[in-house]
Amino acid sequence: MELLLALAAGVLYAAGIYLMLRRRLAQLIIGLGLLSNGTNLLIFTAGGLTRGHPPVVPAGADGLVPPYADPVPQALVLTAIVIGFGLLAFLLVLAHRVHATVGTDDIDELGRER
Amino acid sequence: MIAFFILSPFVVALLFGWLVGRYPVTARILAVWPALLTAVLATELGSVLSTGSRIVDVAWAPSLGLSLSFNLDGLGLLFSLLITSVGTLVVLYASQYLAGHPHAGRFYASLFAFMGAMLGIALSDNILTLFIFWELTGFTSFLLIGFEHERDDARSAALQALIVTGAGGLALLAAGVLLFDVSGSTSLSVMAPGGSVAAHPFYPVIASLVLLAAFTKSAQVPFHFWLPNAMAAPTPVSAYLHSATMVKAGIYLVARMTPILGGTALWATAVTSVGVVTMVVGAYRSLQETDLKRILAYSTVSALGLLMMLLGIGSTEAIAAALVYLVAHAGYKGALFLIAGAIDHETGVRDITMLRGLRRAMPMTAVAGGIAALSMAGVPLTLGFIAKDGAYEALLHGGDWSRWLLILTVTSSMLLGAAGLLAGWLPFRGAPLQPEAHEPGWQLWIPPLMLAAAGVLIGVAPSLLNAPLSSAAASILNTPSTMTLAVWHGVTPALILSLLTLLGAGLTYAMRDAIRKWAWRPAHGTERIYTGSVAVLDATSRLIAPLLHSASLRSYVMVIVATTLAVGGAALVTAPRLSTFIPETSVRIHEVLVVVVIIAGALGAAFAKSTMAAVLSLGVVGYGVATTFLIYGAPDLAMTQFSVETLTVLIYVLVFRHFRNLGALSPPLVRLRDAFMAVGIGTFIGGLVLLVSRTETAPRLREYFAEFGPTLGHGRNIVNVILVDFRGFDTMGEITVLATAAIGVRALMHMSGPVPAIVESPEAQPSTSPIFRTAARFLLPLLLLFSLFLLLRGHNEPGGGFVAGLVAAAAFALYQVAHGVARARRALLVNPLKLIGAGLLIALVSGIPATLLGQPFMTAQWALGDIPIGTPAMFDIGVFLVVAGVVLMMIFSLAEEP
Repeated sequence: MELLLALAAGVLYAAGIYLMLRRRLAQLIIGLGLLSNGTNLLIFTAGGLTRGHPPVVPAGADGLVPPYADPVPQALVLTAIVIGFGLLAFLLVLAHRVHATVGTDDIDELGRER
Repeated sequence: MIAFFILSPFVVALLFGWLVGRYPVTARILAVWPALLTAVLATELGSVLSTGSRIVDVAWAPSLGLSLSFNLDGLGLLFSLLITSVGTLVVLYASQYLAGHPHAGRFYASLFAFMGAMLGIALSDNILTLFIFWELTGFTSFLLIGFEHERDDARSAALQALIVTGAGGLALLAAGVLLFDVSGSTSLSVMAPGGSVAAHPFYPVIASLVLLAAFTKSAQVPFHFWLPNAMAAPTPVSAYLHSATMVKAGIYLVARMTPILGGTALWATAVTSVGVVTMVVGAYRSLQETDLKRILAYSTVSALGLLMMLLGIGSTEAIAAALVYLVAHAGYKGALFLIAGAIDHETGVRDITMLRGLRRAMPMTAVAGGIAALSMAGVPLTLGFIAKDGAYEALLHGGDWSRWLLILTVTSSMLLGAAGLLAGWLPFRGAPLQPEAHEPGWQLWIPPLMLAAAGVLIGVAPSLLNAPLSSAAASILNTPSTMTLAVWHGVTPALILSLLTLLGAGLTYAMRDAIRKWAWRPAHGTERIYTGSVAVLDATSRLIAPLLHSASLRSYVMVIVATTLAVGGAALVTAPRLSTFIPETSVRIHEVLVVVVIIAGALGAAFAKSTMAAVLSLGVVGYGVATTFLIYGAPDLAMTQFSVETLTVLIYVLVFRHFRNLGALSPPLVRLRDAFMAVGIGTFIGGLVLLVSRTETAPRLREYFAEFGPTLGHGRNIVNVILVDFRGFDTMGEITVLATAAIGVRALMHMSGPVPAIVESPEAQPSTSPIFRTAARFLLPLLLLFSLFLLLRGHNEPGGGFVAGLVAAAAFALYQVAHGVARARRALLVNPLKLIGAGLLIALVSGIPATLLGQPFMTAQWALGDIPIGTPAMFDIGVFLVVAGVVLMMIFSLAEEP
C-alpha cells in the first residue's frame, strides 16, 4: 500500500508543480492546493500506516494497545490542513485583487511595465 | 537594582520619545533622568573606591550561557559618569536647541537609547553583550546623524558612519568568538588575569580584530574620515556622541583589553603608531577648515589619536596621562561643540571667517568659549594643562623612540591649541559682523559654561580626580596604582614644553589665514577607499542581482525544483534502503480505488480547460486524501479535511467567477519541458515517501503521548491532547497565523475603500429555490449543535476545536448561499473579526493561570472531578472561535464583492 500512496503523492506533486509552472494565476493556486495535499499525504504515509486503529483510548481502558496509528504525524497534518486552507484563501483573494486591479490573469503580463 | 539603572535609558527612551512627541514641553525636564543616573553611579563609584569592584549578574538567556553581567570597576564607572554627566547637560541643551522641532520625540528616543547602549559598553563584563551594545551605539549614531533625513548629506554621512563602524563591530564579534574559544570564557574579568591569550597562536588575529574595531569606532587613520562627515548631525549629537562619548568607545575598548591582549610588541607598536599618525593628521587638518564643527571634529580626531598613542605606550605614567586627558577633553571639547551649536543657533553661521564680535551679543557664551579654549590650549590652572603636562612627562620618560613621539605631540598640541582658539575665541573677538545676534536661552549657555568651568575647578584642585582615576588605572594596568595630580611640579622639562606649546599655539593662531592658504592640502584622503569599495559593491550587485532576481515566479519555481531534484535526488539514489524495499501493508481493492481517484483528480486538475473543472478535480483529490486518512486510523484528519474541502470549493467558486478560461498560454515545447520537470519531482517525492516510510523511527514520541495523554492530559483522543495541551503553544502560533491570513484577506478586500453596504431589502428574496432556503434555515441550528457536540467531545473522541470551527462556519456559509450575505451576517449576530479576536484572547488567557502559579506559560491546569475541567478545554474553545471567525470572514468578504 505504501507503494500506491507513494505513487499518489508523486502524482500530486507532479501535477502541482506542472500547474505552478503555468502562466495563469488560477492554475498557480490550484497547483499549490495539489501540492499541500501531496505534502499531507507524504507526512502521513511517512509516519507509518496502521489500518483502522485510531489513537483514541477506548472508554474504560487504561491506555492504547498496539497496533495503533501514530498520533504525532496526525497532529502535524491536522494543523497543516487548516493552515493550508488559510493560505489558499488568502492567495485566492490576492489573485482576485490582482486580477481586478491589473485586468489580467497572466503572470508574465503582471511583471511588465505598464 | 543597579542593573535596572544601567538599562533604564532603553526604557525611558520609549517613554520620553512618546512623551515629547505628545507634549513637547516635557522635553525641559528630561535631563532629570541622566542626572539621577549620575548620582547613582557616583554613589556606586564611592563604594567601589572603598570596597573594590563588583560584578552584577542578571540572567538573560541562561540556557545559552548568556547573562547580562556588569563589571562595576573604576574604568567602567569613570566612563559611565562621563556618559551620564555630559548626557545630562546635552539633554538640557537639546531641550532649547530643538524646541519646537516636529520630530523632537524621535530625537530623544534615539539619544536615550544611545545613552543606554553606551553605558552597556562601559559596564559589560561579557564580551558578547559588549558587542551587542557596541552595535547599538553604531545604530543609534546612524539614526542621530541622519536625524534630518530629508538632507542628502545627512543620509550619506549616517550610512558612512554605520558602514565603517559596523565593519569594526563585526571584527569585534569575531574577536569575541575567538576569545571565547581560546580562554573558555566570555567574561572579560575572568580573561584579564590569565595572560594566556598572548601566547596562543590565534593572538595576532584576535588583537588585530579588536584593534580594527577600536580604530574604526575612534576614527583613527585611515578610518577617520567618517567623523568630520558625521557633523551633519544636530550639534548636541556632535557634542555628545562624536566628541565626548561614542568615539571614545574605541579608546575604552583598547584600555579594557590591555590586561588581556596588551604587553606585546604587536599591540604596543600598532596602537602607538596608528595613534600618533592620527594625532598629527587630525591636528594638521583641523586648521584647514573654516566650519566651526569641522574644525572641532578634526581636533577630536587628533585628541583620539593622542589618547590611543598614550595607551599604546602603556607605562603607568602614560595610562595616567591618558585618563586625565580623556576627562579634560570631554569637558572642553564638549563645551566648544555646544558653543558652536549656540552660535549656529543664534546666527545661522558656522564659518569662522564670517563670525566676529559676538562677545557683546552673547557674553555668557563668550565666557564659556574663552575658558574652554584656554583649557584646550593648556593654560596653567586648567585641567587641559595638567593633561598635557602628564602626557609630556610620560613621553620624556619613555625609550629612545619616544623622543620623536614627544616632538610630534608638542607640535600637534600647538596646532590643537590654535584650533581651540579658532573655535572658542575668534568668533567673539573684533567688531561685530552679526549685530542682530543675542544671547540664547540659559539652556544653551549653562551646559557649556558648566563643562568649561569644571575644567578650571579640577584644574585648580586636581587631587579631586586622584581616587577615581587611580581606580580606573588599576583596571587597565591590572595592578593597584596611586595617582597624585598636582598643579605645580616645579620647573620641569615638561613645564617648559607646555609653555613652548602655548607660545606655538598663539603663533599658529595669529598666522591662521596664511596657514589655511599656503599649507599643503591633500587632494584625496582615505575616504576614496571607502567610496571606491562602495562603488565596486554597487556595480557588482547591479551585475548579479538581475541574474538571481529575475522577478519571474516561474523561474524561481524552476530553480527550486531543479535544486531539489539534483541535491535530493542524489541523496535518494545513494540511499541504501530503497532497493530493498518491500511493501509492508497489504492492499485492499477499495483502497486501490481511492488511490486511482486521487490520481485521476490530480491529472484532471492539471489538464482542465476550465476553472470549474479544475476546482472540482481538486475537490476530488481532497476527498480522496480524506478517505485515505479515514482508512488508516485518522478520523480527526478525515473530518477536518472533508470540511475544509467543502469550504475550499465554496471559496474557489466565489473567486473563480472572475477567471474562467484556462487555455494554455505557453508554447508546446515549454509545456513539454515543464511536464518533464514535473514528472521528475513526482518520481523524487514517490521515492522519498517509500524511503521514509521504510525507515524505522523510534516509537518514543508515540508511546509517550499514548501513555501520558490520558493520565496527564485527561483526554482519550491523543491527537487532540497533543494539539491543545502538549503542543498547545504551537497551536497558539497556528491560530495566530490563521487570524493574520484572515485580516490580510479583509485588508485586500477593503483596499479600495470600505465595501459599500449591500442594498438588499429584507423582503427581497434571493434567487435560490425555496426548498433550499427552508432547508438551510433548519440546518443552521442543527449544524451549530453538531459543531458544539464535536467541540465538547473532542478531547476524548474524534472532534475538537478545529473541526468544530469548520463545521460551524460551514453552517453559516450554507445559510449565506441560500439567503445572501446580509442575512447570514445578521444570523451570526457578531462580526467575524470579533469572533477571531475573542478566540485569540480566550486561547491566550487560558495560558495565564499557569504563569500565575509559577509554571511555564500555558501549562495545563485541571480541576478534577467526575468530569475533568481544565484550561486545555478553554484553549480549544479559543481555537474553535478563531477557526470559525477566520472562515466566515473570508467567505463573507468574498461574497460581498460584486
